[in-house]
Amino acid sequence: MANYKLQVNGKTLQADVEADTPLLWVLRDHLGLVGTKYGCGIAQCGACTVHVNGSPTRSCVYPVSAVGSSQVITIEGLSEQGDHPLQKAWDEIDVAQCGYCQAGQIMTAAALLKQNPKPSMDEIEVTMNANICRCGAYHRIREAVKLASSKI
Amino acid sequence: MKSTTTNSRRDFLKMTAITGGGLVLGFNWFSAEANAPVKFSSIGAGDVGFNSYLSISTEGTITILSPNPELGQNIITSFPMVVAEELEADWKKVKVLQANLDNKFDRQLTGGSGAVPHSWKLLRNAGATAKFMLIEAAAKIWSVPASECTAANSFVIHSRSGKKLSYGELAEAASKIPVPSTVKLKDRKDFKLIGKSVRNVENLKIVTGKPLFGLDFYREGMVYAMIQRPEQFGMKLKSFDGSIAKAMPGIIDVVSFKNNVAVVGKSTWQVLKARKLLKIEYEKEFDLESTEDHDKLFMNLMDNGQATVRRKDGDVDAAFKSAAKVIKGEYQCPFISHSPMEPMNFFAHVRPDGVELVGPTQTPARARAEVSQLLKIPEDKITLQLTRLGGGFGRRLKNDFATEAAELSSIIKAPVKLIWTKEDDMTGGTYRPACRYRFEAALDSSGNLTGYKLRGVGINSGNPTREHNFPSGAVDNLLIDSVEHKSAITTGAWRAPITNFLAFAEQAFLDEVALAAGKDPVQFRLDLLAKAKKSPVGDIRYDISRMEGVIKMAAEKSGWGKKKDVSQGFSVYFSHASYVAQVAEVIMRNGLPVVKKIYAVSDCGQVVSMNGASHQVMGGIVDGLGHAMYSKLSFRDGAADQNNYNNYRLIRMKEVPEIETHFVDNGIDPTGLGEPALPPTGGAVANAIFKATGKRMRNQPFIEEDVFKTVS
Ligand code: FES
Ligand code: FES
Repeated sequence: MANYKLQVNGKTLQADVEADTPLLWVLRDHLGLVGTKYGCGIAQCGACTVHVNGSPTRSCVYPVSAVGSSQVITIEGLSEQGDHPLQKAWDEIDVAQCGYCQAGQIMTAAALLKQNPKPSMDEIEVTMNANICRCGAYHRIREAVKLASSKI
Repeated sequence: MKSTTTNSRRDFLKMTAITGGGLVLGFNWFSAEANAPVKFSSIGAGDVGFNSYLSISTEGTITILSPNPELGQNIITSFPMVVAEELEADWKKVKVLQANLDNKFDRQLTGGSGAVPHSWKLLRNAGATAKFMLIEAAAKIWSVPASECTAANSFVIHSRSGKKLSYGELAEAASKIPVPSTVKLKDRKDFKLIGKSVRNVENLKIVTGKPLFGLDFYREGMVYAMIQRPEQFGMKLKSFDGSIAKAMPGIIDVVSFKNNVAVVGKSTWQVLKARKLLKIEYEKEFDLESTEDHDKLFMNLMDNGQATVRRKDGDVDAAFKSAAKVIKGEYQCPFISHSPMEPMNFFAHVRPDGVELVGPTQTPARARAEVSQLLKIPEDKITLQLTRLGGGFGRRLKNDFATEAAELSSIIKAPVKLIWTKEDDMTGGTYRPACRYRFEAALDSSGNLTGYKLRGVGINSGNPTREHNFPSGAVDNLLIDSVEHKSAITTGAWRAPITNFLAFAEQAFLDEVALAAGKDPVQFRLDLLAKAKKSPVGDIRYDISRMEGVIKMAAEKSGWGKKKDVSQGFSVYFSHASYVAQVAEVIMRNGLPVVKKIYAVSDCGQVVSMNGASHQVMGGIVDGLGHAMYSKLSFRDGAADQNNYNNYRLIRMKEVPEIETHFVDNGIDPTGLGEPALPPTGGAVANAIFKATGKRMRNQPFIEEDVFKTVS
């Protein structure tokens, strides 16, 4: 066990955990940030996506010991009022079905738009193809990313 | 428009015990007969156990309780929409709450596409009753006849005098009005909300990561647990040594019950790691089956199995003997897992004075009954709080995770959150059963279908046929029977049970028969339906006109038979009381068939929320296509070969075709939509692939068929 000081959503938070604990479980079990979801635990579905220094990162396979002083942003910290263009587009297009995958979808898309604010449909697909939505909301996910990009 | 609303004295007395302001009406959303709205004297209706209610506070906030488990079918939005429509409520002032389990809900479950159909009239009566009382209250205040007052947008208006009062202002006075014995419902042409696109009321919580789901539930002092179950179906626990696991950091206990060894600890990760260190010995209880055995078994049972006759019309033997042409086709599907995104989980706290359960289940009442039976604790001592479900697809109809959590909590005497990993879920059973079908058709010399035989063989499938579905009723001589094999591999309902595969097999076979008869597949189906209409054979349980309706509209919308650059495939299916026809369009790219577009025409009666309905159809099609194309679970010595998304393939964004949805607007009461769009998809796609390649898809997943292996 070791004490980790983590920069999460602009705050310094502490957790007493073992070095190999995935960031996902530190966020969920120790920091009470449950917006980041556990889907597969093996970097296949993207439900656990957070930003580490701006890069989309699958927190289920990212050990806490690797975080260091990096800035971690989770869905709870994406915007203060839930009004990031993607969050607004997700509501406008009414993307979610069960909703379980959507935090990961939004975080994946947010990283894409940060690096490429005007992606083509193809670029959106290539990126978003890495995230699974078991409910099959893929059409609306694609549309919402496009809509958000038009508002940036 | 009729409805009765006599209240039992007992209920009324119970409610007057509470004080407060506003109008509160309690309802039994799910009663089988006409509803009986019951007036409360306070907003605290929920506190006295009337969890299904509609309340209007003096500030004008309208609160509607949604009693069904929410798993993405968006019932939490469509239920209140129906109430708000009749109430003439300002939708912006409507607040929706998820109800906890209540004894008064006799149909508090999600499954079988039945929620909206079941409650349609009751919900409308609820809204209309409240509106009636608000109008009466206003009329009394203004001393005008109620018939001169109207309601709109959360106001009652007397247009002759220009007077206007808000629902909030009227709520208190309305609560003094007697509950009417009959109310008039709106004409559907006056609907303002129903049939429109209304967004999911939980969107904001979903996109900001609020704790909505079972796995997000946290209770001070709770412990985390995982269970090691036998990896092979057919094995049982012999002995275990948990000493190494127990010595790991954060581990509180290792305990065993039934075939389970549970590791209990302070965090998910510590439990996950320690569980790998358990030393467990299992012993054989039943046969350890493999997919290879199943393939042989299917062939053997198909010819020699003990068949149960499901339906028999006319004389099939004679029909086949005198046939000009006989067509045979066989189709097979593997087991598949439900694998909802959110893995199974449940919270349980078994205390001396009662049990608290929290979590995602499609059948909360059943969960409580099972826990009650297991722990010998009366049901009224057990509470169940429903969370949002991260998908269900039928998996959460079974409550093994809830009973496990309760049993574990009773052993360790602590509040516990039991978590299944994705691997636990995928290898843990209750799969869609593997089935094989053999179809035979007899044609006379003019290409008429004179005989039809179907034998279904299933592994733990129950009846793998739906003997009264089309084309039953349209064929003079017909025999449908089935053979079942009992296995240790557990199965359960999977979205659109049985028909999720049967529909593909049947619709592909009808395509084969149409071709052999030299007829267009759409016309062939219409001819059969015309025959069923003119001279029905035996029992017909589907509505011929509704089926014809979706077939014709799908042909028209898709430009059936008129397109040169795509290969089209047709399919139509009746399931769970609704009708869906689909046309799939396939093109060849690099020598491989690619599904470009699917048209879907649904007749589900009145659409409640247009976007909600179209999401269900699109999701159903993506689900149907994905599982037909890619997914399978195979077994070796009773153990699943696939255990997570790296080796169990689910459809992804790049693989989804364009989807165009249409709805038949016929004014029939809603007949449900959570499942009916899924069954037709596999058949439409398989028939389009045949058109494009000349190859018939015989087995799911299609991706293992030869056409997907030959790259030019
Ligand atoms: S949970 Fe991390 S990728 Fe699936
Ligand atoms: S909305 Fe259910 S998994 Fe994506």
